[in-house]
Amino acid sequence: MLEIALVEAVNLALARAMTEDERVVVLGEDVGRDGGVFRATLGLVDRFGPQRVRDTPLAEAAIAGLSVGLAAEGFRPVAEIQFDGFMFPTIDQMVNHAARLRTRTRGRLTCPMVLRAPYGGGIHAPEHHSDSVETFFAHIPGLRVVIPSSPRRAYGLLLAAIRDPDPVVFLEPKRLYRLSRETVEDDGAALELDTCFMLRDGGDVTLVAWGAMIVEALAAADLLASEGIEAAVLDVATLTPLDATPILRSVTTTGRCVIAHEAPLTGGFGGEIAARVAEGALLSLLAPVRRVTGYDCVMPLPRLEGHYLPGAERIAAAAREVMSYR
Amino acid sequence: MHDSGASAIATFSIPFVRHLSVEGELVSAPPGEAAASETLVALYRAMVLTRAFDEKAVALQRTGQLGTYASSLGQEAVGVGLASIMRPEDVLLPSFREQGAMLWRGVSMTELLRYWGGDERGSDFAAARRDFPVCIPVASQFPHAVGVALAMKMRQEARVAVAVGGDGATSKGDFYEALNIAGVWKLPAVFVVNNNQWAISVPRSAQTAAATLAQKAVAAGVPGVQVDGNDVIAVRVAMAEALERARSGEGPSLVEALTYRLADHTTADDARRYRDDGEVSAHWKSEPVARLRSYLVREGVWTKTDETEHLARCRAEIETAVAAYLATPAPLPTDMMDWLFAELPPALAAQRRALTAAGAPHA
Repeated sequence: MLEIALVEAVNLALARAMTEDERVVVLGEDVGRDGGVFRATLGLVDRFGPQRVRDTPLAEAAIAGLSVGLAAEGFRPVAEIQFDGFMFPTIDQMVNHAARLRTRTRGRLTCPMVLRAPYGGGIHAPEHHSDSVETFFAHIPGLRVVIPSSPRRAYGLLLAAIRDPDPVVFLEPKRLYRLSRETVEDDGAALELDTCFMLRDGGDVTLVAWGAMIVEALAAADLLASEGIEAAVLDVATLTPLDATPILRSVTTTGRCVIAHEAPLTGGFGGEIAARVAEGALLSLLAPVRRVTGYDCVMPLPRLEGHYLPGAERIAAAAREVMSYR
Repeated sequence: MHDSGASAIATFSIPFVRHLSVEGELVSAPPGEAAASETLVALYRAMVLTRAFDEKAVALQRTGQLGTYASSLGQEAVGVGLASIMRPEDVLLPSFREQGAMLWRGVSMTELLRYWGGDERGSDFAAARRDFPVCIPVASQFPHAVGVALAMKMRQEARVAVAVGGDGATSKGDFYEALNIAGVWKLPAVFVVNNNQWAISVPRSAQTAAATLAQKAVAAGVPGVQVDGNDVIAVRVAMAEALERARSGEGPSLVEALTYRLADHTTADDARRYRDDGEVSAHWKSEPVARLRSYLVREGVWTKTDETEHLARCRAEIETAVAAYLATPAPLPTDMMDWLFAELPPALAAQRRALTAAGAPHA
């Protein structure tokens, strides 16, 4: 049993997947000798060789596109895009090909690939290195968008993503890469995709989040508990396909829902969850659904990102508001 | 420049391959069996079938029985030529105008009609199971070919990925990114540029300042060759060399096939809006089918009777395929959900049910 950080859990899952399935190929910029800029692929090239751990030329669209080709030919590519802001060139390949190869050929060709990337703010990174891009991919039918929020979930969800027979966009909250450690057993056990995780139960208000916002939501729940407010915390984990049932079940009990994400408010995935709550639990609501999100502005450079990113205080304040709503 | 003491650090030249003149005369003897009579007759038959199929498909579209269709009129030698020298286990990654190649590879006319008739089942080929479906987003098939070729190389198979795109595709980043990676990884891939001179309304001259499209390979360290794409022998010879190179581990090649789009871009296009009839009729003089026929007739291996019989056979095959296409039962509305993932996620079950509800509305 190992106490490891989230980025090490990613590494552990990659090594496990490569050991158990020789079709798994890791590729991307600097994933080989350098072990990835965050060291997510550290040591893999020594263990599995440069054939299966492949430094690619600097070409994000082609990294995604060649992964489609590899996957269609029976491999299980796990491609790394170095940062969130560099994922946009992959969108053509992900939308037009990865997500629809099975549909287009009625299952003759399929695309079991994983596109991994660190995402989100909070590490004082340069421009274009802090964006939250999940909504871009969550709008694409045929893709799964999966986001871990702890070392254990990173290990279990990444294994599940690699074993899944369809394409997965796996976004790793880079702020959590080394934030904390927990025990992760390298037992090869995958976690379930397409389901939310209830991290904390509570009967007064439901906090819904994913990625780095989970840490803030849990901290907010602690703050609220000291004030006598019991908050449930749900980690959405698989944004799409979205299983809203656990969220609706919790909101039916609490009657109050606060959704937190780093991405901008308008068109953010919180809107989808709010709509599901409106459709499925409106009459249980005791207060309007609140969203605590990034602002509708360009992701600021590090000197302002603390003002942009939602934190525990903002989430707790929103929870207090819905608690006192009359 | 040389006055300053600079010297050339790299130079290049692009070979041009043509064996059959516009008049259908053998201007240079191709290597090996490339011009064997029975081979050329088979190619000719396939080119005629492709042309007849295109003609029928356009007619079906004009009468409301097919969706938008991209004819390959005038470009038959490229598709047929390149596919005819591939092995069944190779993988073709076509654009949307490669029906000549697809038919040769074993995709059926009924399947092609189903696809262009708006039915995904048309891309579930009964033969050529590893081939990619038609690729509409221009140049995005080239990176796929890199992945397919990488898979072949990693498994140490003697297979080749052959991706085909148009002249316009060579302006896109996907094309350069893919060519570059294929080059540096020495992958068994062949990039074919089906240069028909027009990207919808934009002529080749407005696409790039490069003298040839083949030379775009040079910057990637990949050999490039230009061939007369209306000379099926030249296409075969260049492809044979590129495939052999790839198969023997020497890496990728680029083959630019010079041809001409005698048809509109698609049935939704009217090329008279942007190009002169004179230009089109001038290019009819160098089209590939008549050129090859002249040669075969001159060689005494093709007669008027052969022509008549073959045309009749093509028409019969096409009519059979059209009948099968028109008799294809409609796809199920639930198909659009059922092929999205290997298994339908429970979260989508309600949407699937909505599709099957009694009296579910449709447009």
